[in-house]
Amino acid sequence: MSVMSATASVGTQSAENKAAENKAAENKIPATAPLLSIRGLEKHFSLSGDVLEQLKFKGGRVVREQKFVHAINGVDLDIQRGEALCVVGESGCGKSTVARVVMGLLNPTAGEIHYDGERIDQLGAKALLPWRQRMQMIFQNPYASLNPRMTIQQTLEEPIRLHHPTWDYRQVKDKVSEVMTSVGIAPDWGARFGHEFSGGQRQRIAIARALAVDPEFIVADEPISALDVSIQAQVLNLLMDAQQAHNLTYLFITHDLAVVEHFGTRVAVMYLGRVCEVAPTATLFAEPLHPYTRALMSAIPRLEDERPQHLRLEGEVPTPIHLPSGCVFHGRCPHAERRCREEIPRLIATDNGAMVACHGIEEGRIPL
Amino acid sequence: MSSATSSPPSIRERLNDSWLWYSFKRDPVAQLSLLVFIFMVAAAFLAPWISPADPYDLAQIDIMASELPPFWVDGSEPDYLLGTDSQGRDMLSTILYGTRVSLIIGFGAVALQAALGVCFGLLAGYKGGKIDAFLMRLADIQLSFSTLMVAIIVGALFKAVFGGVTYNTYAVPLLVLIIGLAEWPQYARTVRASVLAERGKEYVDAARVMGLSSVRIMFRHILPNTLSPIFVISTVQVANAIISEAALSFLGLGMPETQPSLGSLIKSGFDYLQSGSWWITLVPGLVLVILVLVINLLGDWLRDVLNPRLYKG
Repeated sequence: MSVMSATASVGTQSAENKAAENKAAENKIPATAPLLSIRGLEKHFSLSGDVLEQLKFKGGRVVREQKFVHAINGVDLDIQRGEALCVVGESGCGKSTVARVVMGLLNPTAGEIHYDGERIDQLGAKALLPWRQRMQMIFQNPYASLNPRMTIQQTLEEPIRLHHPTWDYRQVKDKVSEVMTSVGIAPDWGARFGHEFSGGQRQRIAIARALAVDPEFIVADEPISALDVSIQAQVLNLLMDAQQAHNLTYLFITHDLAVVEHFGTRVAVMYLGRVCEVAPTATLFAEPLHPYTRALMSAIPRLEDERPQHLRLEGEVPTPIHLPSGCVFHGRCPHAERRCREEIPRLIATDNGAMVACHGIEEGRIPL
Repeated sequence: MSSATSSPPSIRERLNDSWLWYSFKRDPVAQLSLLVFIFMVAAAFLAPWISPADPYDLAQIDIMASELPPFWVDGSEPDYLLGTDSQGRDMLSTILYGTRVSLIIGFGAVALQAALGVCFGLLAGYKGGKIDAFLMRLADIQLSFSTLMVAIIVGALFKAVFGGVTYNTYAVPLLVLIIGLAEWPQYARTVRASVLAERGKEYVDAARVMGLSSVRIMFRHILPNTLSPIFVISTVQVANAIISEAALSFLGLGMPETQPSLGSLIKSGFDYLQSGSWWITLVPGLVLVILVLVINLLGDWLRDVLNPRLYKG
């Protein structure tokens, strides 16, 4: 993370100077520009149905009332070329939503997504097509991500034909057998349907489909959590081999910290739709800074522990419908103060190369 | 799958292994229904070659031979196996031609219903939002008019405006159009419900991430996965359309007397029912009942077989 973009995001948050900061961040593009950069991303899902259902009778008059689930609330992330950025967090913290917004499966409520310097979040389907070839996605459930009525050959040919309309039959076929071989599926199994394969094989096929158009960036949304433990390692190794072979960049969504330690270059920890800490993997595992990250790390079961010292958090995750003011973590944080309840912390760079969004760390209140 | 992997099964092997074929082999009702249905369809469409007379050809009609009973009743003539109607037309030939007309209208109307209903259902389910609300309210409005009412109004208007002769010429396409337009919401609703279930699955997301167009995702990815319910309602709808056509013809708003369908045959015999010539109504009526029954039995079987709860566990 460059110092410039880090310092740009220090300070209090108000609508105007946030916009000014965004401008500033854009103007000062660092020497190694990130492949993907997410700025102030928000995604809210309406809970209130259509207009007629939103009308409520209150205090003698009709008012329009809308409720939202605040899935992501101002996420800033940079993904550098060639790295594997892991996003971790408990269920419901918005990590999958980030992945889906980045891939254009959902439209962001606010914020910007820049891919290789160009803004892509407001592009239409046609304009997005060239970018689609460069970024692909691998899904969680290999039992649902292959069309049950298409053979593997058809499944893999489809993206190739779409993105290389000039290729002839022979070229497409060669490419399909090339990607199938690269994920360890024999090319002559192409005439079979998805349901004839095991879960691990299906996930390999899903990876082959993503690799078929030679992307440079892959979003993997919990790609191994639906697989048997014995198969998880195989698929993970396949992803790492593919990264080496094709110089891929990953945005890897997971809740499995062991996978993160094995796979990630950097880790972003999310809580209730915000990023609370971004750090290189080794740094994060060695010295977690944010109180939430510390609690998360202490929850990893370790073989050498006879009496594990879990940091127990009080209470539950607040509902994303009524977000807490200030720092979203303040209700459960042992170090929370008045400022934490009032002011939203921004990500700031620390000495060990991490970035953390915590007033306590910024002020030096919390011992490192 | 170790030994079989080297050679993927052919389509014929897949069919042999399929649940559809397995359950068909074990269901005598389905087998008999299909047999009867195929026999009736074949007989109807081979009518010009196998029927003893051409009921459309006025020169072949002998008024002196009118109201002859079928062969098992006294006073029958061997030339007219199922007797003759009030104008002296051979009943067997007329029924064969009439079944053909009924089948053409039934299948034509269902094809139109399916085309409209599948397109609207896919669009409503996949796009959602305002398009969905608009199409489904349209379907609600359409369903609140009964098929017969729409048909009676349109048919009567057409007859009044263009006259009986024009009506007789275009009776078949007109009936297809009326019955087809009146019943598309059945398809649209079923398809929409299936699309809503399929849309949330990850293979649709994968197709979107690839950059495929909405049209291709709808027809190439979602539609093949919603075919089972479409097949099931198609069988029911064919039977319904044939009955609708018969009802309309019985009311005098369907096929004209000169090119009768099963419904207009029943109607033309209705006037002679009290005078002892029961066969003019009863025989085509029986054919209609059997035709609709076998289609419905096939539909029932298909619904049981394609119901994923029954075999996927």
